[in-house]
Amino acid sequence: MFGKLSIEAVPYHEPIVMVVLAVAAVMGLGVVAAITYFKKWGYLWKEWITSVDHKRLGVMYILVAIVMLIRGFSDAIMMRSQQAIASGGAEGYLPPEHYDQIFTAHGVIMIFFMAMPFMVGLMNIAVPLQIGARDVAFPFLNSLSFWLTVAGVILVNVSLGVGEFAATGWLAYPPLSDIQYSPGVGVDYWIWSLQISGIGTLLTGVNFFVTILKMRAPGMTLMKMPMFTWTALCTNVLIITAFPILTVTIALLTLDRYIGTHFFTNDMGGNQMMYVNLIWAWGHPEVYILVLPAFGIFAEVVATYCKKRLFGYTSMVYATVAITVLSFIVWLHHFFTMGAGANVNSFFGIATMIIAIPTGVKIFNWLFTMYEGRVQFTVPMAWTLGFLITFTIGGMTGVLLAVPGADYVLHNSLFLIAHFHNVIIGGVVFGYLAGFTYWFPKVFGFKLDEKLGKASAWCWIVGFFTAFMPLYALGFMGMTRRLNSYDNPDWHFPLIIAAIGALIIACGIACQLLQLFVSIKNRHQNIDETGDPWGGRTLEWSIPSPAPFYNFAHTPVVEERDAFWHMKEKGISEQKPAEYQDIHMPKNTSAGFFIGIIASVFGFALIWHIWWLAIVSAIGIFVTMVLRTFNDDIDYYVPAAEVERIESQRYQKLSNQA
Amino acid sequence: MSTQSMTNQDAHAHGHEHDDHEHHDPVATKVFGFWIYIMSDCVLFASIFATYAVLGTNYAGGPTSHELFELPFVLVETFVLLASSFMIGLATLAMNKGNKQGTMLWLALTLILGAVFVSLEIYEFHHFISEGAGPQRSAFLSSFFTLVGTHGLHVTSGVIWAIILLIQIATKGLNDMNRSRLMCLSLFWHFLHIIWICVFTIVYLMGVI
Repeated sequence: MFGKLSIEAVPYHEPIVMVVLAVAAVMGLGVVAAITYFKKWGYLWKEWITSVDHKRLGVMYILVAIVMLIRGFSDAIMMRSQQAIASGGAEGYLPPEHYDQIFTAHGVIMIFFMAMPFMVGLMNIAVPLQIGARDVAFPFLNSLSFWLTVAGVILVNVSLGVGEFAATGWLAYPPLSDIQYSPGVGVDYWIWSLQISGIGTLLTGVNFFVTILKMRAPGMTLMKMPMFTWTALCTNVLIITAFPILTVTIALLTLDRYIGTHFFTNDMGGNQMMYVNLIWAWGHPEVYILVLPAFGIFAEVVATYCKKRLFGYTSMVYATVAITVLSFIVWLHHFFTMGAGANVNSFFGIATMIIAIPTGVKIFNWLFTMYEGRVQFTVPMAWTLGFLITFTIGGMTGVLLAVPGADYVLHNSLFLIAHFHNVIIGGVVFGYLAGFTYWFPKVFGFKLDEKLGKASAWCWIVGFFTAFMPLYALGFMGMTRRLNSYDNPDWHFPLIIAAIGALIIACGIACQLLQLFVSIKNRHQNIDETGDPWGGRTLEWSIPSPAPFYNFAHTPVVEERDAFWHMKEKGISEQKPAEYQDIHMPKNTSAGFFIGIIASVFGFALIWHIWWLAIVSAIGIFVTMVLRTFNDDIDYYVPAAEVERIESQRYQKLSNQA
Repeated sequence: MSTQSMTNQDAHAHGHEHDDHEHHDPVATKVFGFWIYIMSDCVLFASIFATYAVLGTNYAGGPTSHELFELPFVLVETFVLLASSFMIGLATLAMNKGNKQGTMLWLALTLILGAVFVSLEIYEFHHFISEGAGPQRSAFLSSFFTLVGTHGLHVTSGVIWAIILLIQIATKGLNDMNRSRLMCLSLFWHFLHIIWICVFTIVYLMGVI
């Protein structure tokens, strides 16, 4: 009846887990109680859960990302404190099997459920607005993608209280992840949370690729697209080409674990090296999936706050495309030590170093945009400056690791850990947080608090260097990754410094949350009346803040790069149109929500081998999908009078200001 | 790039009055989106083919491809599948002529042939397993069953899709929505047969050489 599931699956004998669960339960109940008290369930359902509006979905994606950032960061704090304590053979407070789950969960959560949703959220918010579109190409698919991502998030979080998570490292290499060596449900949680959310990501990739290629405003040729849209396009190409590989890899591991095939086993002809190749053929493009949009954000931020057009737009487009292509021919640098031979290793080593060239081009583009610009030191600029320095260091250590000879020494050491945190925190996280601050007023209609934003940026930057520079040294001192305890006393002091760094980053996160709280409280002082709070250059700033649900009352016509800047220069940016027309919009639907929720039940059933429930939920997903295709009532028209009413409010505000 | 914006403007100019600023054609967008999905499916099959290429000769002392494969049987499967491809081609032609009955007839034949193909494949799988050559026997057989089975699953979902589409065409006629669906299904169907040609060549033909 319940498969492998029994009451023993709840880790009630582990106080740390139980306290976390209790806190989560209290917070969850608090939220539910608050929603009930303020009678907001109907509003939540109508305006958010069933919404197909790309801006709303974007907000929900980022909300998920922030929650998961806190979860993943708690794991980081636990690891740092464990290593600061467990010196000289001391055991610390985390037993090995728990510690192994923590570093696995940390990696999985940060990449799949923090960075990916954050990136997709920003793309959702900004891309349709930047290209002058009313929505994405397939609004229902967009909602479905989000809820499939949520299904993955639910599974990862359920693993905390019911059963266990994988203890294999974030990529679950076999043979360790095979059923023989990981007989528990941990790897199965890993499998199904990634498989389900991965399908959501793939659908997002297709959706945004089509949106960008088919729905741009008239006149916006590819070479007139805003830089963020360009990087989003390349990221979507990477998603479309890389995520199917992940799907297959996980599916093959699933078959090995569930029906006893021999893809990656030690015997019967299986080959675990195939797994490592496949997973990195997805995994390396994945890091560019994450970082390219961050590069795009920096390009928008730098151009906006330096009041200059982006230096070398064309070269940056080509650099982005070059990185997109090159990202597929470097995967082997993740396992030089596998022994593919000197020739193969040199090819991949050189290919890896070549990526530094287009990346360097971008660094110079940003620097020269700032050169002789009127730089405004706003919060997004603080992130950008922090990024430029941090990322350059991370890039150089990456080139160092790309030398196969050096990699034989540094492989699996803390040097590697320092390197990829250097590029992912310094590149991806700083970029997304810059984008978050930059586009916040467009979504909510008021700006975020400057002081706390800068405090957060400083904490993150200082905290990052304090936490990760010691790890470079520790790598040279011979410390390997994923150690639960160690007996070398020389490692103790740098690890204490690193733990302090993690605490400084914690202050950064606290400032970020405080910033949100304070900004919402003081929103009336920071209101964005014009829709163009930063003196922006691209189309998203040509519409009111918060952006109306139909985005553009009239589809803009684009003549130049930086289309809105051009309109302002020509003095036509505030012209009131002579008349309004009916606007065609997609209707809300609950199908995506239900499919996502049933998918998480489906995953849970498969994890615990509850076969009847798996069959029932699979049928549930199928039926919901088919019912959706029989529903023809999926769109409606916003009457012109309604559009006029909404738009005239803004012109009223504009004239009040003038 | 400039053609892109040209088509945008064309669609703009031709849209009916309500869709005045709808600067894209929904049917074309849908079919284009489906093309992109098919490309991602192509990568999915490529990964499984790569796995088969690496593991396909790891017999682990079990039955080899020479001993298992019977080309005449596979040839029949192939012709059934190719005939169904022809049928869906006729279905789209009938659709373009606005012939609802013809479309439904050819689509029904398509799905029947698809179902026959799947049955043949299930028979083959059953035969192998009963001979002790199941997917658990060796890495070769694991990757064989996965590659051919993934294709078979795709065909099965195509058959189910065709059944649903038949109901939709019967109840709602050849409207824009159903037209774009049939276009997508036809793309999917032809794509699966290209994949099958690769399976036939790489797995079966090369397996008995």
